[in-house]
Amino acid sequence: MAARIHGGAGAGAATALSTFNPKKLVAPSRTNLPAARSSKRYIVAAAGSDASKKSLRVGHSQKLIANAAVATKADTSATTGTGHELLLFEALQEGLEEEMDRDPHVCVMGEDVGHYGGSYKVTKGLADKFGDLRVLDTPICENAFTGMGIGAAMTGLRPVIEGMNMGFLLLAFNQISNNCGMLHYTSGGQFTIPVVIRGPGGVGRQLGAEHSQRLESYFQSIPGIQMVACSTPYNAKGLMKAAIRSENPVILFEHVLLYNLKEKIPDEEYICNLEEAEMVRPGEHITILTYSRMRYHVMQAAKTLVNKGYDPEVIDIRSLKPFDLYMIGNSVKKTHRVLIVEECMRTGGIGASLTAAINENFHDYLDAPVMCLSSQDVPTPYAGTLEEWTVVQPAQIVTAVEQLCQ
Amino acid sequence: MAIWFARSRTLVSSLRQNLGLSAIFIKHNYSSRRPVFTNSQLSPRVFLDPFSSYRHESTAVETHPYLVQQSDHEDDAQELDFPGGKVGYTSEMKFIPESSSRRIPCYRVLNEHGKIISDSDFIPVSEKLAVRMYEQMATLQVMDHIFYEAQRQGRISFYLTSVGEEAINIASAAALSPEDVVLPQYREPGVLLWRGFTLEEFANQCFGNKADYGKGRQMPIHYGSNQHNYFTVSSPIATQLPQAAGVGYALKMEKKNACAVTFIGDGGTSEGDFHAGLNFAAVMEAPVVFICRNNGWAISTHISEQFRSDGIVVKGQAYGIRSIRVDGNDALAVYSAVRSAREMAVKEQRPVLIEAMTYRVGHHSTSDDSTKYRAADEIQYWKMSRNPVNRFKKWVEDNGWWSEEDESKLRSSTRKQLLQAIQAAEKWEKQPLTELFNDVYDVKTKNLEEQELGLKELVEKQPQDYPLGFHN
Repeated sequence: MAARIHGGAGAGAATALSTFNPKKLVAPSRTNLPAARSSKRYIVAAAGSDASKKSLRVGHSQKLIANAAVATKADTSATTGTGHELLLFEALQEGLEEEMDRDPHVCVMGEDVGHYGGSYKVTKGLADKFGDLRVLDTPICENAFTGMGIGAAMTGLRPVIEGMNMGFLLLAFNQISNNCGMLHYTSGGQFTIPVVIRGPGGVGRQLGAEHSQRLESYFQSIPGIQMVACSTPYNAKGLMKAAIRSENPVILFEHVLLYNLKEKIPDEEYICNLEEAEMVRPGEHITILTYSRMRYHVMQAAKTLVNKGYDPEVIDIRSLKPFDLYMIGNSVKKTHRVLIVEECMRTGGIGASLTAAINENFHDYLDAPVMCLSSQDVPTPYAGTLEEWTVVQPAQIVTAVEQLCQ
Repeated sequence: MAIWFARSRTLVSSLRQNLGLSAIFIKHNYSSRRPVFTNSQLSPRVFLDPFSSYRHESTAVETHPYLVQQSDHEDDAQELDFPGGKVGYTSEMKFIPESSSRRIPCYRVLNEHGKIISDSDFIPVSEKLAVRMYEQMATLQVMDHIFYEAQRQGRISFYLTSVGEEAINIASAAALSPEDVVLPQYREPGVLLWRGFTLEEFANQCFGNKADYGKGRQMPIHYGSNQHNYFTVSSPIATQLPQAAGVGYALKMEKKNACAVTFIGDGGTSEGDFHAGLNFAAVMEAPVVFICRNNGWAISTHISEQFRSDGIVVKGQAYGIRSIRVDGNDALAVYSAVRSAREMAVKEQRPVLIEAMTYRVGHHSTSDDSTKYRAADEIQYWKMSRNPVNRFKKWVEDNGWWSEEDESKLRSSTRKQLLQAIQAAEKWEKQPLTELFNDVYDVKTKNLEEQELGLKELVEKQPQDYPLGFHN
């Protein structure tokens, strides 16, 4: 199972079963997408030696122990051999810039996205290139600029709305839920809202509770929106491009601690399928489902597990709404054991929904109950040690796998 | 120290003087100041005379008189540099009063008897336009009446009337061009009516039948039509205001000769989105016309309990937005104001705020009985003596453009057409099951397909439990 590269179809189901509507495909002349590639295995290198160099530095000097897992150098070789190396935030910027070059309707709005280049520099240089009307610095009102993006989208533009931190988008909940998700439906299909709402979220390095939110929990119930989470420079660029091309409103979750991940990505244009999960490491014994930063904790744990003789299959689910139950299902049918590792709170998180979905659909294939490792139901504390305990660590993952595989 | 005592003496004495006023001004009698914005802000010669063509001059609005009184002690030559520019300073401690001693006057052209007030500035309206405006106002009245009755009879589940606000609805629509994008609150069906939405189309939406453009997904009165550039009504209050800023932004980016026009009630201006929408539109220099229908009531909340400012017009300046207060029951005034505002918005790429004063004669909706919180004779007074439709009718009739015969013909034929539309809409079948799952996304996701299949199977198993025509 590989991470296939596709043109952006509509929000159809996981590829093999979707009712493929050719009309929804991007016109081939406008893109130079490579033909669908054969299996491209994506393996995270076991070597973690240069971990500390890859900056997750948020200016703290605390020991990056197990957290170094996040910084493992992603060792992909674009199959062609060429390619260029960049950091995740640069990959996002590249994707955004390519789409803005390609379609004059794409615009960016948010706080400090213009000349400042965005709080995480994802929009750096874009205002100079495209002008400060097209890369718009807005006053501080999330509900307002989200609403503005929706109005602009209904009039034909394709806004990319940046929340400086995902947590601030709670202020935009009204516009996202009542309008963004709904207006295509309630207008009888007359108005489309092709917005992308993106921003950094997740638990960072001692950023405090309000800046460590996992909004995917809160948004997952809203009908009419799609949610994806990127985790590598490769899928960050691919998902950004796919999200912009999608006719549906898409929320792209980035993680504060992943912006400085380095990877070599292809020179040719590519996009990732919004509804597909990504096979990180095929295996036989157990299916570990994860996304965003936890992917790296899982891979760190995978090293230990492999040494102990286990063969975990790691899937980065990437598509948080809807779930790629096709890839997940095939994996469950193979391994019969599922461990979900997430950063959301225990109650009402992505893991909770995923557990329910797996139980409902693949109950007969399970040899053990689905186990879900999540953060506790507490606001994220500021103190470093407390914060560390609130996020699932590789050691816990190893223990859980051992438990499940008894 | 000495200076302070000297000051405080003057302070005390002037306070005694000004006890009657709400101001704490030390010197001048504030009431002699001109109000912030009058129609003389526009060049007095803008509307030359009723029979000449409209000419608009862009004025230097930045030089209009300040709210704060200039005092003798102020040294005009001395200025301070702060982020945001230079600002003069004064050593007199003066607070800007919470309200001006005189309310902003409202712009009006027709008096209560339908006669044009002499020396009025207004944009002339031709016979054809005037007759069409009147016809549409009367049609709106009939439509509201009949749909309201239909709801009372249980034929539709809900309805919202615009009784008392017909002039705002129709005259504003008449002043716009068809390319202007309208983002309504919910009490503006007249705008859609003007643009050509038929009575049958209104009825279909209210009944949520198969012909409804909204495909039966919204409550009655939540009309929407991309053809008519009228965004689908969304129930939450004021969400359309930042969206209007976005529409203005899009139109500006595409350099279109069009503006966004959005409506809000007095109550809606309390929402955060009002502040945000106006602020954004001003900063973006977006071509948006904000029309606030100040009708005195937000369900049961009177405006005295909604805000403490002099209505909504004074808020415009706080955002750097040109504003005007208009007699919303005067169709000619509304027409002129909206038309001018629209030109300003498009030519100068700026937002404009219009506060249209009016009264909500009807209940908030069919779920409300307003006699519970206001006097019945207050409602009666506005319905009979301050009726915008009658007022405009008098003017049109005085010009010899309308007769009683025309009146009875219009009302009876509209009534008949409406009753037929309702009967037809009622009989028309409802949406099939598939429409429950369509348009959530552009293409159905797997889980939606499964859910649709599940529901279909359920219905096929027990068709007797589901209404006819529910399943495909």
